[in-house]
Amino acid sequence: MTKKAIVLYLHVHQPFRVRHYTIFDAGVDHKYFEAPYDDRTSNERIMHKVAEKSYLPTNKRLLKLLKHHPEFKLSLSITGTAIEQMERYSPESLQSFKDLCATGRVEIVAETYHHSLAFFYSRSEFEAQVNMHRDKIKEVFGQTPQVIRNTELAYNNDLAYWADKAGYKGILAEGWDPVLGWRSPNFVYQPAHTENIRLLMKNYKLSDDIAFRFGDQNWSAWPLTADKFTHWLNNSGDATNFNLFMDYETFGEHQWDESGIFDFLEHLPKEWLKKEGNTFMTVSEVIDAMPAVDRVDVPQTITWADTERDLSAWLGNGMQQTAILALYGLQDKILETGDLQLIEDWRRLQTSDHVYYMCTKWFNDGDIHAYFSPYANPYDAFIAFMNAYHDLRFRLSDMGIEV
Amino acid sequence: MRILMLGWELPPDNSGGLGVACYQLCKALAKKGADIEFVLPYTPKDHGIDFMRVNAAHPQDIATIVKSGIAYDSYKYTTVRGETKTVDIYGQTMMYEEAVGKVVELASFDIIHAHDWLTCRAALRAKMMSGKPLVVHLHSIESDRSGKEFGGNPMVREIEALALTVADRIVTVSEHTKRGVMREYGIPADKIDVVHNHFDQDTLVQQKGDNIYPYLERMKSKGYRVVCNVGRLTIQKGLPNLLQAFAEVVKRAPKTFLLLVGDGEQKFELIAMAAGLGIADKIFFTGFQRGKAYRDAYAIADLFVMPSISEPFGLVALESIGYGTPVLVSNQSGVSEVIHNCLKVDFWDVQEMANQIVAVVQNDALRNELYVNSYREYTNHSWDQSADKLWDVYIRHTGTGKIGAGVSA
Repeated sequence: MTKKAIVLYLHVHQPFRVRHYTIFDAGVDHKYFEAPYDDRTSNERIMHKVAEKSYLPTNKRLLKLLKHHPEFKLSLSITGTAIEQMERYSPESLQSFKDLCATGRVEIVAETYHHSLAFFYSRSEFEAQVNMHRDKIKEVFGQTPQVIRNTELAYNNDLAYWADKAGYKGILAEGWDPVLGWRSPNFVYQPAHTENIRLLMKNYKLSDDIAFRFGDQNWSAWPLTADKFTHWLNNSGDATNFNLFMDYETFGEHQWDESGIFDFLEHLPKEWLKKEGNTFMTVSEVIDAMPAVDRVDVPQTITWADTERDLSAWLGNGMQQTAILALYGLQDKILETGDLQLIEDWRRLQTSDHVYYMCTKWFNDGDIHAYFSPYANPYDAFIAFMNAYHDLRFRLSDMGIEV
Repeated sequence: MRILMLGWELPPDNSGGLGVACYQLCKALAKKGADIEFVLPYTPKDHGIDFMRVNAAHPQDIATIVKSGIAYDSYKYTTVRGETKTVDIYGQTMMYEEAVGKVVELASFDIIHAHDWLTCRAALRAKMMSGKPLVVHLHSIESDRSGKEFGGNPMVREIEALALTVADRIVTVSEHTKRGVMREYGIPADKIDVVHNHFDQDTLVQQKGDNIYPYLERMKSKGYRVVCNVGRLTIQKGLPNLLQAFAEVVKRAPKTFLLLVGDGEQKFELIAMAAGLGIADKIFFTGFQRGKAYRDAYAIADLFVMPSISEPFGLVALESIGYGTPVLVSNQSGVSEVIHNCLKVDFWDVQEMANQIVAVVQNDALRNELYVNSYREYTNHSWDQSADKLWDVYIRHTGTGKIGAGVSA
């Protein structure tokens, strides 16, 4: 009997948010990422909240599932900035992730340490951040990632080519219909123009049923239960793997405890494993176990975001373009200093969330509730970011480097 | 629907936003079929208004009443025998009350709609005489004008308190002013409707010829940026804070000018302050302007700043967006309730004001993004929406027609 696997992959990330940083701070106070505790941009406060609502209760359940079901497995990606914030503000959260990994059935996925868009601006910087992340994961979790994902699942042929050459056995991308065409995301693929690497494509319909629609009482399938969801999977025709990729914070933060999301999680393995041949696999395991059925060609960049599945939420307006180009424009001078604090601050500003907060495409439709940000509006986000950028320049000039 | 509209000014004799708001609102109401008799306290110049009847309320034996261009200035009366006398603003409200009494004897109407405290004495008399329902429409209240909660002229407060108590319905131009009415006069929330002002696109005048500020244009081509405010130089507008902020701005962005269009009792104080701050060479006081000199100020500016201490609405901010310039407004303004794509600051937060101004003058991407998105928001609103809301108020209080009938699709 052929096996069918759920490939559950959860993404854990926290940015170092820039506080309300003004032109009066630039050149005076270099602590962009340190807000007062009760401020909306306080990283410490947000970490405490997310740990309490999501990380701790979710990991408690995941650990229980790993103990009860020898076949239950999952994959995680955890950004370097998230790990650092856990180390500082919530060591118990980090310990709970370590406990999961200690079972040997949780695989960590590679990515940029700073959750950046460096791949599109500086190949050397991208590689430096992927290496930083690999080292950090080795240090904290004792494993070396074999499969890679890029920030926001931003993917194209170039990235697959790079990852193939870099020796990764797999890469993750959105299972976006214009790319897949008539094909199903429920198989293993190979990226175009590559030799060895495999491509796992997110089943966004099934993933979003959990990540976005789960708590929506107007959704025709509400309430979603584990046995209903399992029934859908068992009746979805030919498949080898169901790639359920989502933000980790789906559990407890995007979907609150009250929505029943934790009950769903607790019951899913039991329901799924009832049928013979059904199992769970990590991203590496499914690549080892299943053949690639076809090659997928993605010349344009796709992401897992919005209805457009592109980078427009990050780079779609003039402020975002200005900010990111200005930041990468400093690269050579910043790296040249060898000043580790300066370099780290520059890298923290590369985290994609900063430009996301400057997105105006929801804000200007009056749908300001869709604007998920610690700032009052996209303009305030831009102003704080650019003032931090000006401070980087000030610090460079303090070292005698002309900018 | 016949409306006796009691207003204090209309363009071209207006001294500020009140006249503009009344004009545009009546135009939108007339489009819906309202029959409006607009009664002014002075003899209007040629106004070209054909969508309603505009009449001056002249007391007996008075041939003309000439209004000064400046708010709260005295009025010049000429009798039929050619004698002249001047009347102060308070006396003028009483003369207006007398004269409106005569109008009420002759006119027939379904509802009285009065704008601001200046018309309130007349409105109360009209209501007493006719027994018709009264809507008091507040474009500002005394605490706004004095820049101080529970502040201002006690006689004016007395009139506002009485009129708001007697009125059948109160309309304010913003949530900000609604809160003010509740706070200052203890009026319950459910007696007050908020009807936001607008500045219709068709009111914008096509820019023609060279900008009237050639020096500023030249300096802009050399990398300078222009920050502008249009309004009365009066305490309510919070301009001393803008000057303080601007002094911080030029320390960081020396190629920045401040253009102040308007006149008022704070003029000398502001000029002295600019000199004291050492920024007098960066500030231009144009005095009160109309027409091209007024419109070109918006057009030449890179950022319009409205730092008002308490601004019931702030039409100038919408006008600025209409003429192509994004805005920074105080959180204490009504316009910040309708435009989200703008910069906002507490009027007292001089540092943050400077921070935001510096960001805009140093970064065209920010300026452009603010402009493009605020313009889109601006065009999504119109006076027709306000007229629809008012129509429903009229219907509810006159018992004619159907509620909701005024809401166009």
